[in-house]
Amino acid sequence: MDTRTEEFLEYVQSGGQVETGDWMPDEYRSRLVKFIEMHGNSELMGVLPERDWILRAPTLQRKLALTAKIQDEVGHAQLIYRVVEDLGKPRSACLDDLVSGTAKFHNVFHYPTRTWGDVGVIAWLVDAAAIVSQKALLKCSYAPYARIMKKICWEESFHILHGRDVILAMVTGTDEQFGLVQEALDRWWEPLMHFHGNPIPADEDPMVVWRIKSQANEEARQQFLDGYVPQIRELGLEVPDPALRKDEETGHWRYTEPDWERLRSVVTGHGPASAERLAFRRLSRDDVAWVERVVLAEAA
Amino acid sequence: MIFEVFRRERKGQPFQHAGSLAAPDEAFAEIYAREQYGRRQESVALWLVPREDVHEIDEFPDEFEMKYRRVDGYSIKARLHEARERAGTLDMAPGAGGTG
Repeated sequence: MDTRTEEFLEYVQSGGQVETGDWMPDEYRSRLVKFIEMHGNSELMGVLPERDWILRAPTLQRKLALTAKIQDEVGHAQLIYRVVEDLGKPRSACLDDLVSGTAKFHNVFHYPTRTWGDVGVIAWLVDAAAIVSQKALLKCSYAPYARIMKKICWEESFHILHGRDVILAMVTGTDEQFGLVQEALDRWWEPLMHFHGNPIPADEDPMVVWRIKSQANEEARQQFLDGYVPQIRELGLEVPDPALRKDEETGHWRYTEPDWERLRSVVTGHGPASAERLAFRRLSRDDVAWVERVVLAEAA
Repeated sequence: MIFEVFRRERKGQPFQHAGSLAAPDEAFAEIYAREQYGRRQESVALWLVPREDVHEIDEFPDEFEMKYRRVDGYSIKARLHEARERAGTLDMAPGAGGTG
């Protein structure tokens, strides 16, 4: 590592923040691009599981709220791709890589949404897990990303409340409704445990070393479990992991080790809904290509 | 075109940089800015500035260290002590335990 890079590393590790025009090591830039691009992809792909339920939402109020949430997520993708563009990768290139399957998106968006229970679990727990990660990104060493994360976190907090409200309506409804939530939770638990990644120690995680992330994967998962397992259990729902318990001495949650090989396989495009979602994204990109042409012609 | 977006959160507050957006022209920039930075009433006003029109200055050399223009350029402690001594008011100084 050359002196300049060493100084840069020391700067970010001591809390220093970097702006778009500042000098940065190539490795830092490429890690930023990859990470932030994946975040943008995830926001964009994350609307598809919920989109499936716009037409089937149980009430008009729910339909409107779900549509607003979906608009937010697409808006986040816009903000995030803008940050990636300033780092040197155009949005069209991000979308090309997304639909061709060479770029990744978050594991939770590779799964189908079978029932309205899934919609509740996604909006409540998947968004809760995401907020844990995103709050930690408020301290990201790359300042433009940290700044837009403030806006994103603000909007996500409404999503969690919306999700919790959906869940509460169902767990106070008929036995069948309660059953739908439990069944969705059973299916979503493993993806949720995968969400924050394998428990790589902070000092071996290049994302933490460069202070792109400010917390280790396991720390994020523990924070999620700490915040949400009690909220799940108080509703009479059962977390489908008999080994899950909080070690009162250490304050650390113990759980059955998730299958990390499955996570790797899911995020590389082999999840239960990966192919279908990518096909849909490809289709809609082709479908709306004319809009882009018209807009650009109009502006020219 | 890239536009820098500044937003005013409430009346009386300064505009603050909010982010940027890409748009083919000003008309589209306005629509995108409304959607991305104002649709939840989180702003009372927005400024859109084409990025190339922003004139940034980010170097402020201070070769002569003109400290006399700053608070940290003045250390009055010793002189104040001397002045109080001469006036016989040391016991009135704050923290001296006097009536001061």
